[in-house]
Amino acid sequence: MDMRPDPLIMMTTQAQAPTTTPTKVAAKNVNVYYGAKHALKDVSVDIPEKSVTAFIGPSGCGKSTFLRCINRMNDTVASCRVEGLIQIDGKDIYDPALDPVQLRARVGMVFQKPNPFPKSIYDNVAYGPRIHGLSKSKVELDQIVESSLRKASLWEEVKDRLNDSGTGLSGGQQQRLCIARTIAINPEIILMDEPCSALDPIATARIEELMEELRHNFTMIIVTHSMQQAARVSQRTAFFHLGILVETGSTSDIFTNPTDKRTQDYITGRFG
Amino acid sequence: MSEHIVKSYEQELAGLDDKISQMGGLAEQLVGEAFDSLASHNPARARATVASDATIDLLHRELEEQVILMIARRQPLANDLRQVISVLKVAGELERVGDLAKNVAKRAQAISGETHPKGLLTGLQHMTDLASRQLKDVLDAYAARNPERAMQVWRQDENLDAVYNSVFRELLTYMMEDPRNIGLCTHLLFVAKNLERIGDHTTNIAETVTYMTRGSLPEGERPKGDLTSSTLMSGPIR
Amino acid sequence: MTDITAGGVSPPIRRVEFETAESKARLRRRYRSEARFKAYGIAALVVAAAFLFALLSSIVMRGIPGFFQHYLVADVLVDAAKIDPEGKGDAATLRAGDYTAVARAALAEAIPGVEGRQLKRELNGLLSSGAGDALREMVVADPSLVGQRVKAPLLLADEADVFLKTSGTKIRVISDTRGIATPSATTGEISILVGANDFADDVALVKAELKALADSIDETIARRKARGATVESLADLEREATELRRRHAAAATSERLDAKTASRLVAINGGLVKVKEMTPTLVKGEVIIPLKSTADAAPGTWEIRVYETPESNRNLNDRGLAFLEELKAKGLVESQFNFAFFTRGDSREAELAGIQGALVGSILTLLVTIGLCLPIGVLAAIYLEEFAPKNRITELIEININNLAAVPSIVFGLLGLAVFLNFFGMPRSAPLVGGLVLALLVLPTIIIASRAALKSVPPSIREAALGVGASKQQAVFHHVLPLAMPGIMTGTIIGMAHALGETAPLLMIGMIAFIVDVPSSLTQAATVLPVQIFLWSDLPEPAFKMKTAAAIIVLLAVLFLMNGLAIWLRKKFERRW
Repeated sequence: MDMRPDPLIMMTTQAQAPTTTPTKVAAKNVNVYYGAKHALKDVSVDIPEKSVTAFIGPSGCGKSTFLRCINRMNDTVASCRVEGLIQIDGKDIYDPALDPVQLRARVGMVFQKPNPFPKSIYDNVAYGPRIHGLSKSKVELDQIVESSLRKASLWEEVKDRLNDSGTGLSGGQQQRLCIARTIAINPEIILMDEPCSALDPIATARIEELMEELRHNFTMIIVTHSMQQAARVSQRTAFFHLGILVETGSTSDIFTNPTDKRTQDYITGRFG
Repeated sequence: MSEHIVKSYEQELAGLDDKISQMGGLAEQLVGEAFDSLASHNPARARATVASDATIDLLHRELEEQVILMIARRQPLANDLRQVISVLKVAGELERVGDLAKNVAKRAQAISGETHPKGLLTGLQHMTDLASRQLKDVLDAYAARNPERAMQVWRQDENLDAVYNSVFRELLTYMMEDPRNIGLCTHLLFVAKNLERIGDHTTNIAETVTYMTRGSLPEGERPKGDLTSSTLMSGPIR
Repeated sequence: MTDITAGGVSPPIRRVEFETAESKARLRRRYRSEARFKAYGIAALVVAAAFLFALLSSIVMRGIPGFFQHYLVADVLVDAAKIDPEGKGDAATLRAGDYTAVARAALAEAIPGVEGRQLKRELNGLLSSGAGDALREMVVADPSLVGQRVKAPLLLADEADVFLKTSGTKIRVISDTRGIATPSATTGEISILVGANDFADDVALVKAELKALADSIDETIARRKARGATVESLADLEREATELRRRHAAAATSERLDAKTASRLVAINGGLVKVKEMTPTLVKGEVIIPLKSTADAAPGTWEIRVYETPESNRNLNDRGLAFLEELKAKGLVESQFNFAFFTRGDSREAELAGIQGALVGSILTLLVTIGLCLPIGVLAAIYLEEFAPKNRITELIEININNLAAVPSIVFGLLGLAVFLNFFGMPRSAPLVGGLVLALLVLPTIIIASRAALKSVPPSIREAALGVGASKQQAVFHHVLPLAMPGIMTGTIIGMAHALGETAPLLMIGMIAFIVDVPSSLTQAATVLPVQIFLWSDLPEPAFKMKTAAAIIVLLAVLFLMNGLAIWLRKKFERRW
């Protein structure tokens, strides 16, 4: 099991499924340490623009860690150290000259547990545009809120109670509110960390439908524990194991004919 | 291959393979029996052979149900998915093989009263042997997950086609020599065609085995030796 | 991989039985044990509630009378000669007038004819030294009252007040007198001759009392001897007992009354005579309220009044008591709610003492405390919880904050004394210094409470804010702090309540001084409520005991209010997610 990923295999895998769309996020030899723990080892991956890329792998494999590197959310963890190169549109996001707060406005994030602010639905969506000064007037802000809620297919459900607390919504609605909040600042990339793990199947299906719509405008990266979900929503899939990116490839390849034995063992439920 | 974490899943997958080998064994037997009943002019044996096809059909239905249930319950992925789908396909092929063998046995009943020239049966015997071996080989390849062996079967079907061609020509010759032979020979022609079809089904199984083990179908065209579709003989041979 | 089929030693398979006697017994034991535990819990609760109830009811019972005060409500002649002899009529003059004299005149009017310096002093002693204060306010408010008669409440002295509140003695009245009584004079020392043996029973009672007294002294002697007291030290007591027994045994028909036996007075011809010596048919005594005449009083028109509690066991002597009873009989004594309790400063006179000074002192002190604590505590908590790197230094600070919270409060008092008073030379007894010391005391509590409140805000909120591109400061101030605010407020209020009840550190910085004036600035000498309670509880007067309990009620009420406010805030702004 301590087999290093064969670079030849990885290259051939990528060669087999060439990305037709340009690369949005490129990572090269990314290493992440939590104190003495080496959480992510030499991860290199290209993530194509305007598509959904799924990260799968067992718990603690480093997929969330890697996701959080992309919007530098790991900066908030004191013991965390990131090495290597992560580029968005060819620009290094760990460049000291780049402000992580501005980066996070370009790279939105949706979390595992729906976490709306305990404020009104309107304020939840309007918060991002407000602090980034994206609206010049109240009318404009109203428009941003409405269009964000529409894009998150929540508008019809909440348009009559925009002043109600966001925490009063159902779990699935809350998560869509969080997505609306994220797209209100018009990010280029949306990171989703197990967005459906706390939701029932119907709410999950709504979010998946939403992702399908959003991928035409945003580059999306989703971490999920549900292989079926990864298979349903993503165009590309990356499998992480023990901090190593074992395999990436088109989702159809990964789920029918994975190259690496570890990937196969994981997705068929054989991990031992 | 390490085992599944869910043991019953593992057992169910193994159960599918068991059923396939059972079906394969039956189909093999059926092919042999059918020809034997033809060669030995034994209508009773032929009837028994026809009847035993029902067992294959039953197994086929059971397998289909099991596969559908497994897809619903386990949502197999990767090699498991390929195995489950392959089982479905192989079972279908074997069921067809069983049907063809049954058809041979029926024809054996129909022509049991006729005396046929000895030379005619040697070609058919040869075909039966070839088809049975192909079937056995491809089932072994399936059980052993051996794509090389399966590919061997795939390529060897050409031999069966070649024998079929010669049997075809031979039967045509008989029919042209003496129109009274036409009835018998037509039956024998269908028997030969059935045996040739069984060979084709083994190649399909071989392709499925390749897909199941490698995740991809064999590349290129399968070598084919069946030229009968383009053969025409006009007038008696002088 | 499960290990169900694993090899090695496999234990015998036993299942839970329901029907065997053993399992039933086990079940019963389990239920019993559970029931027992519940019973212990309920018992603990009941005991705690009983203690609390006993404490509260005892304080309330003692404290309620402290909120009321008895007044002599008499028709007062606002005598211009005493208040404004020159007729200036300005407020300063009116304020400076001798209202005590006016009040005394009104009292003399209520019980006319009292003669002798001694008796007059006793009579005037019923009035407080501040008896004219209410009248002064009335007159200053309305100068036209000068020269008029007004009905004004005149404050009674604490002895009289306490006597009325506690109904100091039982009064037995013997009105079915059988003989004709003839007083010898209307004032001074007189004798009264009675035509029948009206006093015979009482003489016997007095003798019985003497015997009882002697017996109780004997008992005391016996107890002391048992504990090993020397014979010499008991000599006085023995002599006293011997004397009492001699008087009890003496067949003499005349019996002297003293302070150790019940007092007896004779009400006759509109006057009152305190009996000093009595025989079955003749009493000698001192006139307290003058008689109208020396005419013979028919049987039944005169009566004997027995004050059962001996004079030496009372705060109010026979004369005072007699005057008070007289005033009460005339319907001039009234009990009113003591608003002055909340509007006066401390005083040596119990009836004049109020808690306003202490209340204002407490408020000023708490203002300083909260003004310092809230910003410092909350900012420190935010920095430590949200921004500080987690390293050895912050860990050390954390531990020390926790340690500070456990430091005895008196230590903070000493610190305040050393630093604020001696080093910085700040004024002694001032609310400013008290507030500073209490701020030191409460700061750790507020920091800990605020940090707990901040910690209880789920990290998902911070992540959500950071995720939409808020800076750390924006995340904290826009989202985390508002959510933590109810918790912080609760912690602060609890801390303030703690500070409000704190006494020890304030003693060290001199806030224990006797301060009459209500403080009006942060640097004026002041005291605070708990210290006031502490001061009063030390005083011997029973009136102050009542005031102490009343002040405790006020303090508790304020504390309950503050805690109630904390709970209300928490309930109102609490968010669940």
